[in-house]
Parts: sequence; C-alpha cells; structure tokens
Amino acid sequence: MKKLPVLKRLSNRKGSYSKRFRRSKAGNFFYFVFLILLGLFSVLPLIYAVLTSFKPLEELLVFPPRFFVMRPTVMNYTALPDLLSDLTIPFSRYVFNSIFVSVATTAFYIIISAMAAFVLAKGKWKGKNVYFWVVQFALMFNGTTLGIPCYLIYAKLHMIDTYWMYILPQLATTMGVFLMKQYIEGSVPDALLEAAKIDGAGYWRIFWHIVMPVVKPAWLTLMLFGFRDAWSNVPTTTILSEKLKTLPMITSQIVAGGTARAGNAAAITVIMMIPPILVYLISQSNVVEAMTSAGIKE
Amino acid sequence: MQKLSRKKNKQSSALRKNMPMYFMLAPFTVFFVLFTIIPILSSIALSFTSYDLLNTPSFVGLDNFKRMFLGDEVFGIVVKNTFVFAVIAGPIGFLLSFVLAWFVNEFSPKVRALLSFMFYAPSLVGNAYFIWKVLFSGDSYGYLNSMLLSLGVITEPILWLKTPEYIMPILIIVQLWQSMGVSFLANISGLQNISGDLYEAGTIDGVRNRWQELRYITLPCMSHMLLFSAVMQIQSAFSVSVIAIELAGFPSTQYAADTIVTHMTDTATVRFEYGYASAITLVLFLMMFATRLIVGKIMSMAGK
Repeated sequence: MKKLPVLKRLSNRKGSYSKRFRRSKAGNFFYFVFLILLGLFSVLPLIYAVLTSFKPLEELLVFPPRFFVMRPTVMNYTALPDLLSDLTIPFSRYVFNSIFVSVATTAFYIIISAMAAFVLAKGKWKGKNVYFWVVQFALMFNGTTLGIPCYLIYAKLHMIDTYWMYILPQLATTMGVFLMKQYIEGSVPDALLEAAKIDGAGYWRIFWHIVMPVVKPAWLTLMLFGFRDAWSNVPTTTILSEKLKTLPMITSQIVAGGTARAGNAAAITVIMMIPPILVYLISQSNVVEAMTSAGIKE
Repeated sequence: MQKLSRKKNKQSSALRKNMPMYFMLAPFTVFFVLFTIIPILSSIALSFTSYDLLNTPSFVGLDNFKRMFLGDEVFGIVVKNTFVFAVIAGPIGFLLSFVLAWFVNEFSPKVRALLSFMFYAPSLVGNAYFIWKVLFSGDSYGYLNSMLLSLGVITEPILWLKTPEYIMPILIIVQLWQSMGVSFLANISGLQNISGDLYEAGTIDGVRNRWQELRYITLPCMSHMLLFSAVMQIQSAFSVSVIAIELAGFPSTQYAADTIVTHMTDTATVRFEYGYASAITLVLFLMMFATRLIVGKIMSMAGK
C-alpha cells in the first residue's frame, strides 16, 4: 500500500519541546517530592495487599496490627494449588477463559468505539449532535433497575451462559465512544483529513492510517480501562456453567473462606493484579514510544 | 418534477458517499440500542408503574414521584448526602485529576511513568477499598485507632465509620482516591498530544511564562478532554454506592452515608419495589443531567 503523502506531514506535527517553559530544578524537585508523597498515599492499598500476601497466619492476627511484614513467607502462594486442586474442571480452563474474553472484549471495544467516535467527531450528517447527547445521557443513566430489562434482552438473544455474555454488553459502554470522540475532536485537525481526501483516501483509509495513529495515546488509554473492566467482570447471574467461568469468579470462592484464608485471599488479589499491570506497562510504554519516535523523524 | 428527482438523486448520492460512515457507526449503535437504550427506556416506563417482579407492572401515574418527594423521609436525607458528596468530591476530583496530570506530564518519561502508575493504581485493584476498612476500623485493631492510641492522642477507639460526622469526609477521600485514575490518565493522554508547534507559536505570540502557557495554550487545547473528565466526575460523584456500602455498612448510622444509589439499590433488591426504584433512577438521572448542563455552561464561559 502506498504511503499517503499526508502521513509525512503528520510525522512532523509534533515539534520539539525545547522552546517550552520549564520548571526550575528546585521547582521540579519540590513537585517531585509532593507528587511522590501523594502517590504513596494512592498506592498504599496495593503495597498493603502485597505485604499481606507474604504474612504468615500469626502476623495476620497480631495485635496491635502491623503494616509491614516481619517474617515473610510464601506459604500463602504455595498453598494456592492445593486450594484449587479440588475443582471439577482443570484450572487452565479458567485461565484460558479469562484471557480469551478479556482480550476479545478489549479489542472489539477499542475498534467499535473508535469507529463510532470518528463518525461522531468528523462526519457531517444530520442528527450527529442528538446522537452524541444520547450517548452522554446513557452515561449518566445507571441503576440497578436496568438489570431486569437487560437480563430479558440477553435471554431473548440466547446470550445467557455463552461467551457473548462477557463480550457484547461491554461493547455498549458509552465511555469509550465519549473518550475517543473528545480526543479525535481535540487532536485531529480537519485540514489533515481534507489533505488526505485530496490525496485520494476514503473513509476507511483515513480512519486506519491517519486517525488511529494520531489518537494512539487515547486508544492505548482506553485499552487499559477496557481490559481492566473485562478482566474483573463477574457476571454471576448470567454465566452458570463451570466451564465458562473466569478467574475472578473462581477466586472469589476461595476468598470467601474467612480470616483463616485472609493470606491466600491477599495472594490471589496480588496475582490477579498482574495482568492489568502488564497491560498498563505495555500501553504506557507505547504512548511514550509514539512520542519519541515522532520526535526522531523530525 | 424534474427538480424534485434531481434533489432525490443528490440525496441518494450523498447517502452512497456517506455509506462507509454509517457502516462505521453501525456496530456500536446496534449494541448501544440493544443493551443500553432499550433498558433505559423500559426503566423509564417502569417508573410510572408499581412492579414487584412477580405480578405484571400496573400503571400508577405519578404516584412514585409523589411518594418520593412527599412520603419518603429517607429520600430527603439521601438527596442531601448525594449533593454534599457531589458538590465536594466532584469539583475536587476534576481539578485534582487535571492538576496532577499537568504536574506529572512535565517530568522525564521514566518519572512520569512511575508517578502515573501510582495515581492509576487504585483503579487497578478493583476491591482495594478493603484497606480503608482496616485503616478506619472502629475497634483498636484499626490502624488509625491503634496508632492514635499508642501516641496517646485518644484514650479509646473511635468508631470512625459509625460516627456520622466522620463518615462523609472519609467517604469523600476514598472516593477521590478511587475515581482519580480514569480522568487522570485521560488528561495525561490529552496533554501528550498537544503539538509542540503550538507552544513555539505561543512564545512568538508573546507567551511569557508557564502560567500564560497554561492559560492560552494548554487549557484551550485540553477543552475536549476536560469536558470528558467533568462528565466522568459528575457520573461517579452522583452514583457513589459501593464504597459507601462497603465502608459504612447498609443502612449506615443515621443514614449518614446513604446516597441516592444505595437507597435505590435497597428499594429494588431488598424491598422489590421496582417501579419506585426506577422512579428514583430517573430523578437521579435528571439531577446529573441538570448538573451536566450547568457545568457545560460554566466551561464554555470559562473558555471565553
């Protein structure tokens, strides 16, 4: 496929940052200390979960309670296979289910949201504004009361107890469209699209080769949110067969074991956090990479 | 006649030209209508009925709304709580998520990644509010109590989550802590896409310092992302419920931590008054919607 001339111009869009006003060294240091302190407060529960997962039982019950672990043990982790051994179907199946539905949901979520957002942000058609307002309304309309009609619709569509149950409802989430639409409006200039049109690109090519690369930071961010939600999604009322269940559904059964299993529960919490953290690292390192590579081209 | 057919031709060619556009909008629209719009419409319809899940809904006109504003004592309390919550947590969350993103964005990529991760962490761990339960636990096992006890600040443990004066501030802090991630990262991604050329052009046009840069370049460029994070904050501040239930229990002492959503959840899932719960959902939505309009007005005024 021949490269659109406009893409070359695109890579020049991000200029150097040298002309910007910078904080002084001292100011930078001050901000850093301030932000680290706030950040530590923010990340405290995560640290706590990690520390707790290495605490032996007697330290979990110690008085007065201690934040830090005195004699760390990996018992909480090594006991997990035992706890999981009396499952009726192999553990690997849950792992597969979790990864499969999370990856599929996230991929569809990004593409479908981005396509709709592109049309809402840059298309010229009647009813565009009305559509966008409806999206915003829907974002603000949430309640337990939606559960019953939703369930009836799932049942009508024969989605109950299938993989679709994990994937399709999340695709109707309006947050993704809203985020992408705002981002495309804010960072894709009309002139760029016009130029691409003159170069002979159609809607699809404009979407895939111009809009998506420009808004990469936005969909990488959406990837985080989408994956996190899909990963922790627990549709207890609509997924019934054991072979379709995901990790959070099976682990909640272990966590239900009370104080005696508080350590195991913490270990599971920590393990379950790893995939979303990996996705975060992939996403954010790509955002940075997109930035620096654009700078090098110049 | 000729004119008309030409017009028709023009219309159909416009339709053909826009075909790919409608194709791109279609997948989202299908799911959106099926799983969001139809349930919302049925919920609105149910709000004019009496419905207990067993018998068919019966139309009761505006009875649910009359009951809400005239007969339901708890409703007044939860509306007040929700408003206190939204008025404090909403704007603070909005400003904080932008200010933090602005601060963080100017560090080198590595430091930025570290700090971003720290602020995003709470939304990574879905059920991490359990630490706040341990921290504020009412017996002397709670971290805060045991610390204050050993320091001699207090002589007996304080029931943090059972004392009306303390519940609200604690909930606001926890809510801010948890809802920060989404707006913060959206703002970070927005800041990263502001073209460097703009800043350069700014210096030529007479931008003298970082504040002017913020005022004349950064904020205008960020207006779209700011609207997004404002709407997300409205949504999360008005519909706080899980945190309230987990930390303060349900119902909380003197309803001090009950919100419209906890009241609605209680009505629907404990008392099975679905019609009434739907009416509460509708009223909550109207409140959020009014707030959204006001915020939109304020933001467009500030933009000028």
